[in-house]
Amino acid sequence: MNAFPSAVRQLAAQTRYQIVTFVRIPVAVFFTLGLPLVMLVLFNALFGNNTFETEDGGQMSAQQFYTGGLAAFTAVSATFTNLANMVPIRRDEGVLKRWRGTPLPMWIYLGGFIISAVLIALVGVVLMLTLGVVVYDLQIEAAKMPAAIVTFLIGVGSFAALGMALAAVVKSASSASAAANAIILPMAFVSNIFIQVDDAPTWITTLGNIFPLKHFAEAFQDCFTPSVPAPAFNWPSLAFIAAWGVLGIVIAMRFFTFEPSGSAPRGRRSRRSAVAATTD
Amino acid sequence: MTVVAVTDLHKHYGPVRAVDGLTFAIGAGEVYALLGSNGAGKSTAVEILEGHRTATSGTVEVLGVDPAHAGRDFRDRIGIVLQSSGVESEFTVREVIELYGGCYRNPRPLDQVVALVGLEEKVDARVGSLSGGQRRRVDLALGIVGRPELLFLDEPTTGFDPSARRRSWDLIESLGDDGTTVLLTTHYLDEAEHLADRVGVLSRGQLIAEGSPGELINQVSGTMVSFMLPDSVHPDAAAATFGELLGVDIRLSGRLVEANIEQPTAAVHRITGWAIESGVELDSLSVSRVSLEEVYLSLTDSDVANDGEAAP
Repeated sequence: MNAFPSAVRQLAAQTRYQIVTFVRIPVAVFFTLGLPLVMLVLFNALFGNNTFETEDGGQMSAQQFYTGGLAAFTAVSATFTNLANMVPIRRDEGVLKRWRGTPLPMWIYLGGFIISAVLIALVGVVLMLTLGVVVYDLQIEAAKMPAAIVTFLIGVGSFAALGMALAAVVKSASSASAAANAIILPMAFVSNIFIQVDDAPTWITTLGNIFPLKHFAEAFQDCFTPSVPAPAFNWPSLAFIAAWGVLGIVIAMRFFTFEPSGSAPRGRRSRRSAVAATTD
Repeated sequence: MTVVAVTDLHKHYGPVRAVDGLTFAIGAGEVYALLGSNGAGKSTAVEILEGHRTATSGTVEVLGVDPAHAGRDFRDRIGIVLQSSGVESEFTVREVIELYGGCYRNPRPLDQVVALVGLEEKVDARVGSLSGGQRRRVDLALGIVGRPELLFLDEPTTGFDPSARRRSWDLIESLGDDGTTVLLTTHYLDEAEHLADRVGVLSRGQLIAEGSPGELINQVSGTMVSFMLPDSVHPDAAAATFGELLGVDIRLSGRLVEANIEQPTAAVHRITGWAIESGVELDSLSVSRVSLEEVYLSLTDSDVANDGEAAP
């Protein structure tokens, strides 16, 4: 009897398979990788000559602001939004259930999903930074690259966990997709991704501070802002993002299901109708 | 050797008893069909055997282990064809077979799998471009790619055209001949009659009859006489008119009149005599041995009738 293929080999196969899937869905490629680049070009065309004040009183050009922030946004799209969309689709199609009936351990299946999302995020961030360097005078300083890499990893890890948490809590594919977009777009506005509002109402600032996106964008921008001294580790923000990530892991592990939302509530629905019948 | 042993299995959802005291066993190499209408509890029972659901109570042993706590060794030895489980539509048939085959210890080669399910011409087509019947064959392919000892087939031919159905039957028969144990659920009686070594009739979560198709048919004696209701007889009057002529209660489904008759010769004589006198033609008149369908209907009718009496 042959042994099972090794976990590393299977994880690589699953990662490859998820990346191939992503590439074969043009709309996913456009919204995840293309749209943020379009935004970078548009925002720079509109506001490129402004300068913003950073929290510590330094100056930051709009070009640096947008490139760093939109790079972080791309990473979040590729992980949080992508997983919260695709995982419930696979669940509703019955694909998760099919895999669960095979000898493949489910952690390898979901691990392949997550690693592929992180790799797509990496491609998106590299594309964004390349465009920033070539066209928008973005400064890459070697001394700050360790901070950029650590920030990226903590950010994508946490947002992947939050994407899985959303997929765990919202069962149907259509609701999960709507919820992911309803969360991420307003969040981007209050998190200084699209616009830097100096005199924003307090509630907007507070809202941005509660959630992890603003912290991620700022920590990532710091790594590309000349006025921030190297090594540019923004530890408080990183700790805050990681705490959200841990919350995401806890929720995902507690509530994740493999059954399609159409069939899982079969029991639940009959239970509900049974309850309705007894209360009538 | 017993491959599946189920004893007093229950699965309750609140007050709803989807499976209600099910007991049966399947031997190695057997093709066993669980037959029942929609909602009889077939899929729930099978999903417990597959390890997808946990039982409320009762004991279940599949390939010597409890599927609720079984690991990948167990899943390496079974193949599952679920009722409605998607396949990644962005991939080609070749890619999904290789992808899924890659997680078994000893997968069947691609060529053999596509030949078995008859998808040779579609091997490089995307799953998303296939017809419903072809996708079902992909389901079958993924069920057998790991060389299972036990194959679960949950309504494998629902939605097939007749020729695709025949081909699937041939495949399932050839798997059975190879020594694969097959647990099949179906609501098609001809499918159970054609494929199964033994049939368990499931109603309201319980087995109400079990045996080979021949044994089940022998439980119901008689001969089926059927014909189309003539235009001259109103459907409301059919029961009285033909019931009297045939000497038994008739069943009317649409315009089809059916009756199970112990001594058909005289009854057929009476009814054809009546037809000639009345100057009507009895379209599609047929006299045949009872089929599994008769057995099934008589079993489930009496089950429903008993239930009706029990209700307040």
